[in-house]
Amino acid sequence: MNKQITVTVNGAQHTLEVEPRTLLVHLIRETLNLTGTHIGCDTTSCGACTILLNGKSVKSCTVLAVQANGKSITTIEGVSTEVAMNPLQEGFKENHGLHCGFCTPGMIMRATELLADNPDPTEDEIRWGISGNLCRCTGYNNIVKAILYASAKMRGVPTASTEPEFV
Amino acid sequence: MIAASFEYDAPSTLEEAIGLLQQYGEEAKILSGGHSLLPMMKLRFASPERVIDINGIPGLSYIKEENGVLKIGALTREAEIEHADLLKQKFPIFGDVTKLIADPQVRNMGTIGGNLAHGDAANDHPAAMLALRATVIATGAGGQRSIPIDEFFFGFYTTALQHGEILTEIQIPVPPKGTGSAYHKLERKVGDYATAGVAVQLTIENGVCKAIGIGLTNVNPTPLRAARSEQLLLNKYLTDENIAAAAQLASEDCSPSSDLRGSEEYKRAMVAVLVKRMIKKAIERVNN
Repeated sequence: MNKQITVTVNGAQHTLEVEPRTLLVHLIRETLNLTGTHIGCDTTSCGACTILLNGKSVKSCTVLAVQANGKSITTIEGVSTEVAMNPLQEGFKENHGLHCGFCTPGMIMRATELLADNPDPTEDEIRWGISGNLCRCTGYNNIVKAILYASAKMRGVPTASTEPEFV
Repeated sequence: MIAASFEYDAPSTLEEAIGLLQQYGEEAKILSGGHSLLPMMKLRFASPERVIDINGIPGLSYIKEENGVLKIGALTREAEIEHADLLKQKFPIFGDVTKLIADPQVRNMGTIGGNLAHGDAANDHPAAMLALRATVIATGAGGQRSIPIDEFFFGFYTTALQHGEILTEIQIPVPPKGTGSAYHKLERKVGDYATAGVAVQLTIENGVCKAIGIGLTNVNPTPLRAARSEQLLLNKYLTDENIAAAAQLASEDCSPSSDLRGSEEYKRAMVAVLVKRMIKKAIERVNN
């Protein structure tokens, strides 16, 4: 039997009928057409489908849409305005934190919670913090730099773009 | 991957949830964090007809100390346990365990109650609970009952929980001064199950080991207490020789199977190494 749920996605409230087995990532991508959230492994390993559920980063391939009833969801589409990137997006651009870009939305959503909990993380804390997100292109170094850049910028510390590392 | 169809209930009280469990019996499955259940349902290893989501039931998420007993609500998320100040001092083992459970996103959803009720010897909390000599509280229509951790794990994905019962609390005796604890597992990569894992809690008085618990992860069909190792060390000095002998007994008493994570021989050897290291780490934490 379908269930009626109400979710707030990127600030907009939606009331929807869903089958209980519908995964949250499918609701986001297919019903709400927010395709910035990616499906990578579909087995809770890669983190490409990471979104914020009431401010906590979760893998939306392993959450039922009905579990989000009454909750607030933020996806990559909700982190910036149309005219300006947020500091994490800017960090990824400035530091070459992406090549193919498939993991990037999940990385940014995870890093959003990481910086909310810990505004000034060490490199080690960042590496542990993104340990549930896989990137097959960058070797992670520039992703770590991107998050350090965003951390500095959000704390009002002057930032300088670093030269990308080509290894 | 999409799970087989099921009916979904989200009760808002424990009584309502227990009523639903009684009504649907074996057809029903409890959804807690969902990070063991949903992957199994997506792979169709599990196809419950009814999923009872207990996340909307208030009052099942807490970490508190009362009358010398640490009480953790079953719905407490791994991430909350990982960062709980109350646990850092007296139970450093929780920091070790939670840091190694899957990854940060999974820890935001996964619960300690689900980790135990799943009955998987590959999960990390069971070994720690054996070392800490925990008691599991199950709530059913007839009220609560206490299950000592040594009577909780029955077999592959099987626990002492009966149909119509919900694991609601974990109780752990707060150990006396002079106690230290530690956990580590070997994993091939973040998020993997243990190749082998060892949990230790010990209490030292005047250099003598007055209490010790040793639990093993994923080297036996059920989470295993290294009982002979504990016996050997109890009321003894924790000399290198005694520790090595205890480690040897643990590696003999477990029953790992050869798989992609390693051969049986390798896993037994790693149990011995980890028992030694975790005893030494627990001793260091006593002294510190």
